[in-house]
Amino acid sequence: MTELTHAADLVAERCRLKKALLDVNPELTQTADIVDSVGERAVVRRTVYVYEAPVRLWHWVNALAMVTLFVTGYLIASPPSSPTGEASAHFQMGYIRFIHFTAGQILAVAMLGRIYWAFVGNSHARQLFYIPFWKGEFWRGALLEARWYAFLEKYPQQYIGHNPLAHLSMFLMSTLGTIFMICTGFALYSEGEGRASWLSHAFGWVFWLFPNSQQVHTLHHLGMWVLVCFTFIHVYAAIREDIMSRQSMISAMISGERQFRDEV
Amino acid sequence: MSATETFYEVIRRQGVTRRSFTKFCSLTAASMGLGATGASNVAHALETNPRVPVIWMHGLECTCCSESFIRSAHPLVKDVVLSMISLDYDDTLMAAAGHQAEAILAETKEKYKGKYILAVEGNPPLNEGGMFCIDGGRPFVERLKWMAQDAAAVIAWGACASWGCVQAAKPNPTQAVPIDKVITDKPIIKVPGCPPIAEVMTGVVTFITTFGRLPELDRQGRPQMFYSQRIHDKCYRRPHFDAGQFVEQWDDQNAREGKCLYKMGCRGPTTYNACSTVRWNNGVSFPIQSGHGCIGCSEDGFWDNGPFYERLSNIHQFGVESNADRIGVAAAATVGVAVAAHAAITALSRVAVKRDDKAPPAVK
Repeated sequence: MTELTHAADLVAERCRLKKALLDVNPELTQTADIVDSVGERAVVRRTVYVYEAPVRLWHWVNALAMVTLFVTGYLIASPPSSPTGEASAHFQMGYIRFIHFTAGQILAVAMLGRIYWAFVGNSHARQLFYIPFWKGEFWRGALLEARWYAFLEKYPQQYIGHNPLAHLSMFLMSTLGTIFMICTGFALYSEGEGRASWLSHAFGWVFWLFPNSQQVHTLHHLGMWVLVCFTFIHVYAAIREDIMSRQSMISAMISGERQFRDEV
Repeated sequence: MSATETFYEVIRRQGVTRRSFTKFCSLTAASMGLGATGASNVAHALETNPRVPVIWMHGLECTCCSESFIRSAHPLVKDVVLSMISLDYDDTLMAAAGHQAEAILAETKEKYKGKYILAVEGNPPLNEGGMFCIDGGRPFVERLKWMAQDAAAVIAWGACASWGCVQAAKPNPTQAVPIDKVITDKPIIKVPGCPPIAEVMTGVVTFITTFGRLPELDRQGRPQMFYSQRIHDKCYRRPHFDAGQFVEQWDDQNAREGKCLYKMGCRGPTTYNACSTVRWNNGVSFPIQSGHGCIGCSEDGFWDNGPFYERLSNIHQFGVESNADRIGVAAAATVGVAVAAHAAITALSRVAVKRDDKAPPAVK
């Protein structure tokens, strides 16, 4: 009898918690109730659906394309050793360039899809494409996050989307960096396609800014290293926050759900 | 010389036969890719158009453009200078000197106002009021502006006039600038190269005198017919590039076999010029055919995109010997070490401090 009362109490408690959560933040629409093996304790964890399927798909397609572009791009500038024999028997540089161009096209199309989704997706889908420059809250948050990384804060902050520091670095290095690489990359590609090609019309303006194609090559190459550095930081920060900030980061980019591991 | 005299009259007077004249027209039309009716257009123009007066001025330069120009084979430069145009002033080639030569400039400017073509070799330095290049007792920049006022069009010969070339390379002590920085109200056709190919130069002149207008220019002001493709696109060594067969060192077997010079810093992939099709010295050869990579001499700022024998350009902001890879590897290594150190400190502090799940901040 007492057990039944206890169970009923648990259910009532959970309902109360859910309601309280929804009152606090209507975005917290999903909660996971976890009962331990003896049914003694109910743990309610806050879970928010953050990254919609197209965003996750873009993320991984982009990641794969980018790594492919890093490797092949490096090899284009520093080709592997020469195969011997007749030229007609080999297409080594041709294949490397083909893979690079294909991955570049995929990256560009994925970026277009991602930009489309920024308009039609949820509010988190827009985060990568702007900086709330005039919001003091954003800069205070970024400072707090920087202090957290400098081991000056005891507790990490938790955000449903990206934290302000991540938001800032993603916008500057990844979003702008990728757009820069797409523009310079297609401008270089258009050189092979010829002056009359639509690519030349669409991206020829790059050569207004940098008249010598060699300069564009140099900048495109530097852009790769910016993105390589970003990738290092991005992967490290995702793993670290997953462990340290008691919130899911890596699985969130797989399931789309950000779970906060604090008990409510 | 009378301005009403046509090319045809001049060359017939010189004893050129009608047959030779027709042959010349066909060859010129073919070399410019003008199509089936091109030859008769050229012939008609040469027979009816008055010769265009050309003023050829020299600024800060090495005169390699003139050296190249006088070696033109199709058409022969003799035909251009003596028959096709009326080269009224060129201080390097003309017989007149001193005040006599100076008088020609003033006379042409007045007599053929808005009709003459100003060809400029070299460029004006602006520093110290233009005192780094004095010509006829005045800074070249003043004379250039003065002659450009009444020109119909301006031809920028070579990398100097087009982009600035070596005298405008960093740190550019004389502040040499391409001529389009000081002539802003006239159509300018850029014929870059250090020097430009002789046939390209005479080809441009032939086009202008034949059709009475400038050829179609690309977005950088260069004639499309000679500068719309890269050396790389028409290079006879291109198959070796696609195969990945490169000269690795100057004295290796691949160098002897004529493999691609890409790894040796060849700028063919980034250089727009006609060397790999028109070639040099009456089509004998061009740098890559001679086993040396292209240095990109017809490109803007080619001196500042060296070294000529390395694939990646130096980036001087990060030290003299820096390039994109050296900077990138250093940056990536720094980030990598920083990440590892940060992870280590994080792990240590996590061990040292008791795990505390209380007092979580609010979700934002």
